[in-house]
Amino acid sequence: MPHTLFDKIWDLHHIADTAGGTALIAIDRIFLHERTGASALNAMAEAGRKVLDQAQVFAVMDHIVDTRPGRSDGTLMKGGEGFITETRAACHAAGITLFDVNDADQGITHVISPELGIVLPGCTLIAPDSHTCTQGAFGALAWGIGSSEAEHAMVTGALRVQKPKTMRVTFKGALPNGVTAKDMILALLAQEGAGGGASHVVEFAGEAVRNLDMEARMTLCNMATEFAAFTGIIGVDQTTTDYLRGRRYAPDSLPDWSDLMSDAGAVFDREISIDASTLRPMVTWGTSPGHAAPLGDPIPDDADAKVLTYIGLKAGQSVEGLPIDVAFIGSCTNSRLSDLRRAAALVQGHHVADTVKVALVVPGSSAVKRAAEAEGLDQIFTDAGFEWRESGCSLCFYAGGESFPPGSRVISSTNRNFEGRQGPGIKTHIASPEVVAASALAGRIVAPKGDKG
Amino acid sequence: MTPFTTLTSLVAPLPRDNVDTDTVIPSREMRSTGKTGLADGLFAPWRYADVDARVPNPDFVLNDPIYADAQILGAGKNFGCGSSREHAVWALAEYGIRCMIAEGFAPIFFQNCVRNGLLPVVMDKDVLSRISGTEVTIDLPAQTVTSSGQTYAFDIGEEAKTMLVEGLDGIDLTLKHADKIAAWQAADRSARPYIYLGDNS
Repeated sequence: MPHTLFDKIWDLHHIADTAGGTALIAIDRIFLHERTGASALNAMAEAGRKVLDQAQVFAVMDHIVDTRPGRSDGTLMKGGEGFITETRAACHAAGITLFDVNDADQGITHVISPELGIVLPGCTLIAPDSHTCTQGAFGALAWGIGSSEAEHAMVTGALRVQKPKTMRVTFKGALPNGVTAKDMILALLAQEGAGGGASHVVEFAGEAVRNLDMEARMTLCNMATEFAAFTGIIGVDQTTTDYLRGRRYAPDSLPDWSDLMSDAGAVFDREISIDASTLRPMVTWGTSPGHAAPLGDPIPDDADAKVLTYIGLKAGQSVEGLPIDVAFIGSCTNSRLSDLRRAAALVQGHHVADTVKVALVVPGSSAVKRAAEAEGLDQIFTDAGFEWRESGCSLCFYAGGESFPPGSRVISSTNRNFEGRQGPGIKTHIASPEVVAASALAGRIVAPKGDKG
Repeated sequence: MTPFTTLTSLVAPLPRDNVDTDTVIPSREMRSTGKTGLADGLFAPWRYADVDARVPNPDFVLNDPIYADAQILGAGKNFGCGSSREHAVWALAEYGIRCMIAEGFAPIFFQNCVRNGLLPVVMDKDVLSRISGTEVTIDLPAQTVTSSGQTYAFDIGEEAKTMLVEGLDGIDLTLKHADKIAAWQAADRSARPYIYLGDNS
């Protein structure tokens, strides 16, 4: 019988059935960060419990670390230093590997786990972070959980999981020039709504997905959580193994992972097909990632009045051409080297518009930062008027420290445009790094020149 | 964990879709690595007209004196989407909410509820509109919600139900399978030795 990729990984990790469709599933990798990980580690210690296999648990400081040059444990968020020092102490006490604030390997969880080869095809990986689905790009079953579940997996090596349903989203045809993985996922969200993938494992397939490099595949899977999915996943191919070869925690000789694809004829609970060749650069207009539309299209007539009040726009209006105050390139969605290269290519030789108060580039990891600097990308960005930072989650969310000017309208390469996500009253419009870069130069939301907006 | 069997309370209505955990408990309200001290920040952006000064917004449902003692919150689709922060559930529980009735929940939020003894009930929009603002009695063993003499059934996974009704700790339950987990790992070590990073160091 043909199996889906999800079925294969589920069956491999299935230890026992528990009750009513719930199973005990073995967990191969656990990743923590300072914002939710310390809660799990402290709760574990208070209960007198220990990590079952320390070598399979990793932690990093990414969420509230200062991203200004010359950083230490101090944070712009009041009281944030406690999260860092407590997480460090708890990691040491638990005997797990920590990538600390100024470690050469520091970076955003979902950027460094692949960089270091910690996530591997066919493995199960969990983290108390909703964007863990990013790592499904490697043909792994990687999903976000809460702190209690992280503690559960650390202590027992397994989790009790209600078996999710399966969905396949097939992107047929080839993407037009200037249209990216970010636009693919925003188009799916716009079409199906933010709850459209509820509790499904969503496999991304089709020609347009096969043609994506690993970094773009991560962008695609990253926003599966914005689709309310259990997680996102992509079958393993040569692109996957080429990326992983030689990574620190990957095996020296890569195993045969060629079976980690859905079999021909595998049946999914739901199938969605999207013609990639018709996609255009996307941007959000509201306060849910599902509130997205091709750049230039009007806001729908039935848009929620409370949403429009918050975002300061009207139904029928287009987001294209709106003046912006801030441009932000960063986050686990779009902060990898290829993202920075594409954005830098657009800004080279130009300057951020005078009306833009803040333009910020935050590399996804310290390794990405070094690689970008070796290519001179930092110089291109700073010459154009962008700030160039140390790696971290930065202003993807507002933690009470650094903020954008009050009331700012922000064009952002991140994943969430929730009310207040980037600060009280901040109006966030999500788009690809290309659209963010082009908008920073124009001072208003626009597609890169040459792209149909 | 406090076992959940029956509960009688008003349903405070929050009829919005896609309420995210950043709104339930903003990151800036998460001030320690502990699980307490969060109730004050619950729904801070909507509950306070001035968040810093903690000036209540009279238009927000939880500031309506009628719902001062409500232990049930009714909501729309995809409640608890966004960040995995369990603090959202800890904040709701600390505030006094013991049950959420919504058209749907984000998967991580749902699981976080079950792990903390907060009952997540899925009901369709029509039922929700009828029971919102009324006093209801929830009977978890019977899987029913009763309001104004009408009884509505709801589905919940068998394991989630048992854990909530008995107030069980999931880790203790799983540790009872420790031998099975060890046997699985022993077999897996030969099939996928590269997974076990501690074996080669």
